[in-house]
Amino acid sequence: METKKLSRVDYIFKPETNCIDTLKKVMTMEKEEFILELIDSGLKGRGGAGFLTGLKWKLAAEAAGDVKYVICNADEGEPGTFKDREILDRVPYKVLCGMALCGYIVGAREGFIYLRAEYRFLVPKLRKAIADLNVEFLKIGLTFSIDIRFGSGAYVCGEETALIESMEGKRGEPRNKPPYPVTEGYLGKPTVVNNVETFVNCVIIAGIGHQEYKKFGTDNSRGFKLFSVSGDCSKEGVYELELGMSLQDFVDEFGDGDTKAVQVGGASGFCVPRKKFPDTIIGFEGIPTGGSMKIFNSSRSMYNVLHNYLEFFEEESCGQCSPCRVGCQQLLKGIVAVKRREKSSPYLDELMKLAETMKVASKCGLGQSVGNAFVSIIENFREEIVY
Amino acid sequence: MSKMINLTINNMPVSVEEGTTILEAAKKLSISIPTLCYHEDLCVAGNCRVCVVELVGMRTLQASCAVPARDNMQILTNSMKVRQARRHIIELLLSEHNADCTKCYKNGNCELQELSNEYRIGNRLFADLVTEKNYTIDQSSPSIMKDDSKCIRCQRCVRTCSELQAVSALAVSGKGNHMKISSFYDHPMHEVVCTNCGQCINRCPTGALIERNYIDEVWEAIYNPNKHVVVQTAPAVRVALGEELGYDPGERVTGKMVAALRRLGFDSVLDTDFTADLTIMEEGTELLTRLKKALVDGDTSVSLPMFTSCSPGWIKFIEHMFPELLPNLSTCKSPQQMFGTLAKTYYAQRKNIDPKDMVSISIMPCTAKKFESVRPEMRDSGFQDVDYVLTTRELAIMIKQAGINFMQLEDDKYDRFMGDSSGAAVIFGATGGVMEAALRTAYELVTGREVPFANLNITPVRGMEGVKEASIKIENVKADWSFLEGAELKVAIAHGLTNAKKLMTAIRDGKASYHFVEVMACPGGCLGGGGQPIPTSPEIRKKRTEAIYAEDEGLPIRKSHENPEVAAIYADFLSEPLGHKSHELLHTHYKARKRY
Repeated sequence: METKKLSRVDYIFKPETNCIDTLKKVMTMEKEEFILELIDSGLKGRGGAGFLTGLKWKLAAEAAGDVKYVICNADEGEPGTFKDREILDRVPYKVLCGMALCGYIVGAREGFIYLRAEYRFLVPKLRKAIADLNVEFLKIGLTFSIDIRFGSGAYVCGEETALIESMEGKRGEPRNKPPYPVTEGYLGKPTVVNNVETFVNCVIIAGIGHQEYKKFGTDNSRGFKLFSVSGDCSKEGVYELELGMSLQDFVDEFGDGDTKAVQVGGASGFCVPRKKFPDTIIGFEGIPTGGSMKIFNSSRSMYNVLHNYLEFFEEESCGQCSPCRVGCQQLLKGIVAVKRREKSSPYLDELMKLAETMKVASKCGLGQSVGNAFVSIIENFREEIVY
Repeated sequence: MSKMINLTINNMPVSVEEGTTILEAAKKLSISIPTLCYHEDLCVAGNCRVCVVELVGMRTLQASCAVPARDNMQILTNSMKVRQARRHIIELLLSEHNADCTKCYKNGNCELQELSNEYRIGNRLFADLVTEKNYTIDQSSPSIMKDDSKCIRCQRCVRTCSELQAVSALAVSGKGNHMKISSFYDHPMHEVVCTNCGQCINRCPTGALIERNYIDEVWEAIYNPNKHVVVQTAPAVRVALGEELGYDPGERVTGKMVAALRRLGFDSVLDTDFTADLTIMEEGTELLTRLKKALVDGDTSVSLPMFTSCSPGWIKFIEHMFPELLPNLSTCKSPQQMFGTLAKTYYAQRKNIDPKDMVSISIMPCTAKKFESVRPEMRDSGFQDVDYVLTTRELAIMIKQAGINFMQLEDDKYDRFMGDSSGAAVIFGATGGVMEAALRTAYELVTGREVPFANLNITPVRGMEGVKEASIKIENVKADWSFLEGAELKVAIAHGLTNAKKLMTAIRDGKASYHFVEVMACPGGCLGGGGQPIPTSPEIRKKRTEAIYAEDEGLPIRKSHENPEVAAIYADFLSEPLGHKSHELLHTHYKARKRY
C-alpha cells in the first residue's frame, strides 16, 4: 500500500491573485474536458464521506433541467473540526471561485453558502467578497451569483439532504436517497453540495492541473488536506498536510509524547489506540477524516470520551428514524448501566450488535456512523468502560 | 407503457414497472415485508426502518418502502442481517413505547403489538425509556386523546394532518431524544387548530392517538331505569361496522346493527337518516331561497355559493382557516344535531317523556361529532341535544362486551318514528352524497320532474376525485320558480380538507364560481371518517362506497321529500322548511376561530 511521509504543503491558504484568470482558462475548455480533469485528479469530497467530486459534478452536469444550484456546505459541525472556518476567514474568494467554477461546469446560475450559525462573525467579510466577485464574474461573462443562508445549530444539517430541507425552510431531516441531490436537490432541482475545502481544491486543480495535483497523496487519497488538530497536543491548530501519512507520523509530530489514542474524523469517526498507530493510514485506504484529529493522552478516561460522544449523538440525532433516535439513547444508557454494574459486561456485546444495526439500518450518515466511535472505543478500551 | 424492471427477491425473479418500490415488488411475489411508518394514503417517510431489506452487494440495508426497484437488484427480505436489524428496531421501538398492552385501548388492533408478536419479542433487551419521561395524556379534547408514551414517532399522524387535511395541528418538535409529535407550542389539543376529524387516529399504528371513548357512560345510561335512552345511527356506520365484527369491507349490516342495538338495551333505535332527509328539505329550501334573493331580489348580502354544513370537521376547519367564508355556510345543523334537538322536543312530546329524563346517543363514523355535540350552539332543546357520541369502533366494542354474536343476528328494523329513511339520506355517507340527495329533491321541487339521470344516479358527483365539479341545466320549471328557467346550476364537491382548502382558496380568490358546494372533512366522505374501523385504505373506502350506493338502490324511497316521516314532521310539528320552528331548532351559526 502506498504511503507518504508527513509533509506540510501550502496550497489552500496560499494567497492567490489569479483565481479569476483560472476561471477564464476553464471557460475556454470544453466542460466535459474539465470534468475529466477533475475525475482524473482523484479529488474526493473533503467533508468526510469522500465521494468523487468530478463524478458528482458530472452527474449534476448531465441532469436534465435549466435551473440548477450549487451549495457550499459550511455547516462545519463535526466535533473537533474547525478548518472551514479558517478557509472562509482567510481565503473566502477561493471558495467563491470554486462555487462559480462548479456553477459554470454543471450549468447553475445560483449558489448558496450554507453557513453554520456560530460563524456569523464571518458574514461581513463573506458579503464583501461575494459583492466583489459577483462583479468579477460578470466581467468575464460568467452568470453566477452567490448568497448566504444560515444554519440554526443542528448537527444533522451538515448532512446534505437535511441541509437542503433546512434551506427550504423545513425541519432539518435527511431525505430518502435516491433521489440524490445531483438530480433532485434544492427546490427539487439538480444541486451540487460540496464542502468548503472541496471547492478550494477544485480551483487549485483548475490552476495547477491534475498531473501536478496527483503528485500529492496516494492512490486512494489524492492531494492534500486540512487537519484540525486538537486535544492533548503540542501544537493544536489547522495544518495542511499531504494525504497518506501514517497515524504514527502524525502523532510524532503533534502528540504530547503521551498519546494514548486519536479520534480520527470527529465524533462520527474512529478511535485508534496507540498500538495501531504505525499501521493506520490517514486517508481512504485507512481511516478517512473530514479533518478532525483529536488526540487523547493517558490522563483521559475513554469512558468519558465515549460518554461525551454518545451524549452528543443522543441530542443531535434528528430523531426521525428509529435506529438512530432510540439507538443513541440505548448506547448511552447501556454504557452507564455497565459502569454502574446494573448490567454485566456481556451487555456490551449486545450493544456492539446494536451499533452494527445502527450502521446498516439508519436513514442517513449520522446514524450510520454513531457505531464507528462506539465500536472502536469498546473494542480497544473495553476495560475502561467496564471498570 | 413504462419500462419494466427485472430483479430478484429472495432469489425469485420478478418484473415490475419502473418506479415500483421494493416493497411493492415483493407484494407481487406474495412476500410481505413489515412496515410501520408506511401508509398507502400518505407520502413515503422511510423513517421507522422496520421494512429494511438487504440489497446484495451493499453494506447498508435499504428501506424497501422508499427505494425503487432497479434492474438486476438482488434483494433478500429475510436474511440474517435483515432479521437482526429488524429485531433490533422492534426492540428499540418497544423500549420507548409504553407497552402495557393489556391496559391499552388499542389492544388487539396495534401494528407494533402485531410485529412484536410476530418476532416473539420476549425479554426486553434494552432499557425502558418511557418511565423517566413522565408523559401525561392529553385528554383536553372531547374527541381525541393523545398519549405520547405510546407514540413511536412514525409521523403518520403528522403526514395525515398536513397532506390529507392541510391542518397541521400535529407536527414534529425537538430533536434527538427530545423529538416528539407535538401540537403548536405543546398547547392542549382542544386549544389548537385540530378539527377533530380523527384521520390521525385511523392511521396511528399504536394507541398514541385514540378517540375519547364514552362506552361506560353509555352503559351507565342504558342501565339507569329512570332514563329513556334513544340512539341514532349515521348512514356510514352500517357499511363499515361489519369490519369490526368479522365481515370483509363492503358488507352492509344495517339490519344486524339495529338488532344488536336493541339487544344492547336502547329504548328506541332510530336513524340519523331521518334527519338527513330533513336536512335536504331545509338546506335545499335554503339554497333556493338564497338563489331567489340573489337573482330576483338583487340582494347583494346573500352569500353564494352556499356550502354544506353536515361535517363538523369541515365546520371547525372553515372557522379556523376561512372565517371570511362563514356567511356562505348553510345555517342548517348537521343531521346528528337536528336529530338531537328533535329527539328532546318533537320525540319527547309525542312519547310524553320529560326530556330531562332522556339520554340521546349517536353512533357516528366520526370523532368530530363528539366535539360538535358539546358545542354551546347545540343546546336548542333546552338540554345538551346529543349526550354522547360513539364511533363505529366503540359500538363494535359494546357489541362484543355484550356477548352478542353479531353474524348470527336476524335483521331487524328501526323503530318508528324518526326511523324512516330514504336512499338519498343513506348516500350522505359518501362524498358527493349530500349533493346528489339535494339535487334529487331540489330539481324535482323546481321542475316537477325527476333529475335527468338514469335510475336517479347522479354519477358526475360520485367518485374519489378530490374536487369534483358538475352542472345541471334547469328547464321547464314550475311557475313559482320561473326565475330559474334556463339556469345552469353549478356545483362542486370536495372531500378531505386539503381538497377543501384548494376549493375554498379558488372561491375566495374569485377563481371559481358555483352555486352549491359540498365539503366533507374526511377522504371519501363519512365512510372514511375518523371514527370508522381501522385500518383504512383507498381499497377499503371503495368497498364501503359501493355498499352505500347499493343500500340506496335497495331502498323503496330514494328521495328525501318522499320520506313519509319527513312529511309528517312538517305537518305535525315544524309546519314548513325554514319556518319559525325550524329556525329555532334546526339552524345555527358559527364563529371565527384563531388560525393557530
